[in-house]
Amino acid sequence: MSDFPILSIVTFLPLVGALAILIIRGDEEVVTRNAKATALWTTLITFCLSLMLWTGFDRTSAAFQFVEKHSWIESFGINYHMGVDGISVLFVLLSTFLTPICVLASWDAIKVRVKEYMIAFLILETLMVGMFCALDFVLFYIFFEGVLIPMFLIIGVWGGRRRVYAAFKFFLYTLTGSVLMLLAILAIYLQAETSDIPSLLNFVLPANIQNWLWLAFFASFAVKVPMWPVHTWLPDAHVEAPTAGSVILAGVLLKMGAYGFLRFSVPMLPIASEFFTPLIFSLSIIAVIYTSLVALVQLDMKKLIAYSSVAHMGFVTLGIFSLNQQGVSGAIYQMLSHGIVSAALFLCVGVIYDRIHTREIARYGGLAERMPVYAVFFMVFMLASVGLPGTGGFIGEILVLVGLFQVSTWAATLAATGLVLGAAYMLWLYRRVIFGNLTKGDLKAIKDMSYREVAVFTPLLVLTIWMGVYPMPFLEIIEVSVANLVEQHKTAMLAAKTITLAGQ
Amino acid sequence: MLSMSLLLPALPEIVLACSCMALLMVGVFRGNNVTRSLSWVAVFSLLLVGFILSSIQTGRMTAFGGQFVVDDFAHFMKWLVIIGASLAIIMSINFNEQEGIARFEYPVLILFAALGMFMMVSANDLISLYIGLELQSLALYVVAAFRRDSLKSSEAGLKYFVLGALSSGMLLYGCSLIYGFSGTTSFEGLATLFKGLGGAEPGVGLVVGLVFLIAGLAFKVSAVPFHMWTPDVYEGAPTPVTAFFAVAPKVAAIALFMRVLMGPFGSLIAEWQQVIVLISIASMVLGALAAIRQDNIKRLLAYSSIGHVGYALIGLAAGTEAGVRGILVYMTIYLAMNVGTFCCVLAMRRTGRMVEGITDLAGLARNQPMLALAMAIFMFSMAGIPPLAGFFGKLYIFLAAVEAGLYTLAIIGVLASVVGAYYYLRIIKIMYFEDPAEIFDRTIPREVKIILVGTALFVTFFIIRPGVVVEGAASAARMLLTG
Repeated sequence: MSDFPILSIVTFLPLVGALAILIIRGDEEVVTRNAKATALWTTLITFCLSLMLWTGFDRTSAAFQFVEKHSWIESFGINYHMGVDGISVLFVLLSTFLTPICVLASWDAIKVRVKEYMIAFLILETLMVGMFCALDFVLFYIFFEGVLIPMFLIIGVWGGRRRVYAAFKFFLYTLTGSVLMLLAILAIYLQAETSDIPSLLNFVLPANIQNWLWLAFFASFAVKVPMWPVHTWLPDAHVEAPTAGSVILAGVLLKMGAYGFLRFSVPMLPIASEFFTPLIFSLSIIAVIYTSLVALVQLDMKKLIAYSSVAHMGFVTLGIFSLNQQGVSGAIYQMLSHGIVSAALFLCVGVIYDRIHTREIARYGGLAERMPVYAVFFMVFMLASVGLPGTGGFIGEILVLVGLFQVSTWAATLAATGLVLGAAYMLWLYRRVIFGNLTKGDLKAIKDMSYREVAVFTPLLVLTIWMGVYPMPFLEIIEVSVANLVEQHKTAMLAAKTITLAGQ
Repeated sequence: MLSMSLLLPALPEIVLACSCMALLMVGVFRGNNVTRSLSWVAVFSLLLVGFILSSIQTGRMTAFGGQFVVDDFAHFMKWLVIIGASLAIIMSINFNEQEGIARFEYPVLILFAALGMFMMVSANDLISLYIGLELQSLALYVVAAFRRDSLKSSEAGLKYFVLGALSSGMLLYGCSLIYGFSGTTSFEGLATLFKGLGGAEPGVGLVVGLVFLIAGLAFKVSAVPFHMWTPDVYEGAPTPVTAFFAVAPKVAAIALFMRVLMGPFGSLIAEWQQVIVLISIASMVLGALAAIRQDNIKRLLAYSSIGHVGYALIGLAAGTEAGVRGILVYMTIYLAMNVGTFCCVLAMRRTGRMVEGITDLAGLARNQPMLALAMAIFMFSMAGIPPLAGFFGKLYIFLAAVEAGLYTLAIIGVLASVVGAYYYLRIIKIMYFEDPAEIFDRTIPREVKIILVGTALFVTFFIIRPGVVVEGAASAARMLLTG
């Protein structure tokens, strides 16, 4: 199996599907039907193939696996180099898992230009998966920034009323960060004379430039995560994006920033990472508390969940920069569970939005009467978002807090208050939408979830519970790579200290 | 035979000159009704010249007493000129007929301009530099005003001529100062002289001369602050002419810029680097900001080209082999993107009349999805978004800048590219996010369609084998610097 290019296939199969859709001809109805079917089958096959990564992954090794390497730009030593380790493999699976769900969720919701919509989603999948697999800096950057194109179009073409503003804001915010990162990538390339990520992980960059490089990376990843105060694009993008767009945005795109911290900032720039940890902690804690408070006063459901995403991602960055086994594993776990839970919550909003065409919380109330199935699904995901034991959200948060506590008691205490606030806004949202009396006229005729919708939610529900009850299979994959990362960081810090001591 | 072999390096130019004159004769005697066939013959003669260019031996050769030089660098740039000129002729054939300006002078003038560019690219002496530049410019002044009964076109031609003459004057003045203070016009002579200085300050007169020379060249590449003519000329000239202006003369002038500054004045980099950094920053920033308010697609592309020149000049400011390589890659991609974009502009035609407002593109994605897709590809590429070709152009330019330690310039450059992305996105927004406007005529001529598809494919799939262009550029850059 070792020479079977599974990663390339998983990455580029959706692109092939997109090309297939592109050449579909005929009258509009036929095209629409075929485009949907092609997209669904492509994404499902991609997901099934990506399960080979789950089964074939060697859980005892921290090395990159399923590696593929072909020369690409010879004179610069830039290669087409793909591979996954314990940190990235689950994100690949998360991406391939969420995309078919998105296709299904858009089945009836998207009515215009379905063909282009499906093409955009398939291209987006290729870029997302490619980004998590790329083991060459230039290749990584291409995937990382290429994501902007389909996402820009998805928000702009199929979005809500203020979609143009949201699309531009999303694009320009992210681009500003990325171009600065590009300069940092070039600087590292010129220093190390390679853009190969595995080699760079063992390359020691001079201490005097680490801080600058770190800030350039930070500019890009902080926007993507997003961290306070550069998070403002996120609520706009979420509110205006179509449901599936929000799902991918919250489920996968937000993880790209945190993945960047894990893959580049921490291992390649250890001294700077240590130096800037207080900055990250402060910004993350502000994010956790401030955005939770902001979420409390939101009138729009999607906006509320968007702000809760910022708060949850604050936990992730706290976990990453606590730089110990529990913290980092917890951060990764939190990302995975947040990827599933927030995706599910956006889908929940989508379900009632498709029926009533508003996301205003005040327009709802008492849905439990007419939509019992919906109320159950919504409840599980809401509780998972709160971090109730038995759901995926709990494991991530507790690990992050344990890790963080070892580093800074204060940070852990403050972060924990965020949990309380999180429970407050989510429970309150649930109460206002699901409970109470069903008084609004148009809600009286509302229908419960269809089979297609149940089919969309069931896998998410199963995963949420599974991740909460039996996290071992996931942690097993993460563990060795994280241990390796933490160990390397300690060694690097030790070496740096010795040099400083020797210098004195 | 000895004298013949001396002329060998200039064989492509000689063939080109002969075919110019032959075509001119044919045109004069047969009149405008042979314009179409004449145009195709012109394209074929350009391709023939390209064939000769590739078949004569490579390596560095000089002719005409060292006034004329042929090397990999010239070879690379000449190919770009050939491609730009042939595409400009092909794009014009049907357009000129539709607009009623199909006259045989057009292909002939483009050929003359191409000949001038060949001379510029191969110049190895201040005199041959000037001759090439003037031959090119004079032909261009005329084609700018080619639609002579249109006020705008005539204005464009006149404006271009007056300002162009001014810049030529400055350039010539600079040349004479340089000659006066150094005693030679030969690039090799100048190079030896400046190397002999051993890092000492050259005289003030020489530096003033150099600045005038740079000013003259900056005008030709339309770098800020010598860019004023660009939007007016772009808007006024017939669209295929604008497409030609946007690519070939820019390529040739940038080549000349590199040839002069990196060659004879290479050891005086301390004197000119700041100047280039300054005009590069000014061009990038002005190109990005001014384009935001434009409503005419051709004016918008004019400012966009000013911005692109700013990026190319970053490579020049780096003053290294990597910089030259970056520029060559950048110009190649720039050529493809611009030709493609102008093909899209050519397709903007309603009930037989050209429309040029960017709002006319509204909803194009519904009416003509393929055209909109192509345009979107070019716009994203110009904004430098991967995986499209435009990203690679910027990549190599910024690589050179970071390598040369020009961090401030690089940071300003990338930030300007974000501002620039705004107006490229605006066009995509109009095409994709807005409700359809009236439909365009579906009369895109087949050859324009082929060019459009070809350039779009090039821009999209450049990523698969970027090596082809990059290696060529690398060897050309090496040649320019080692001589």
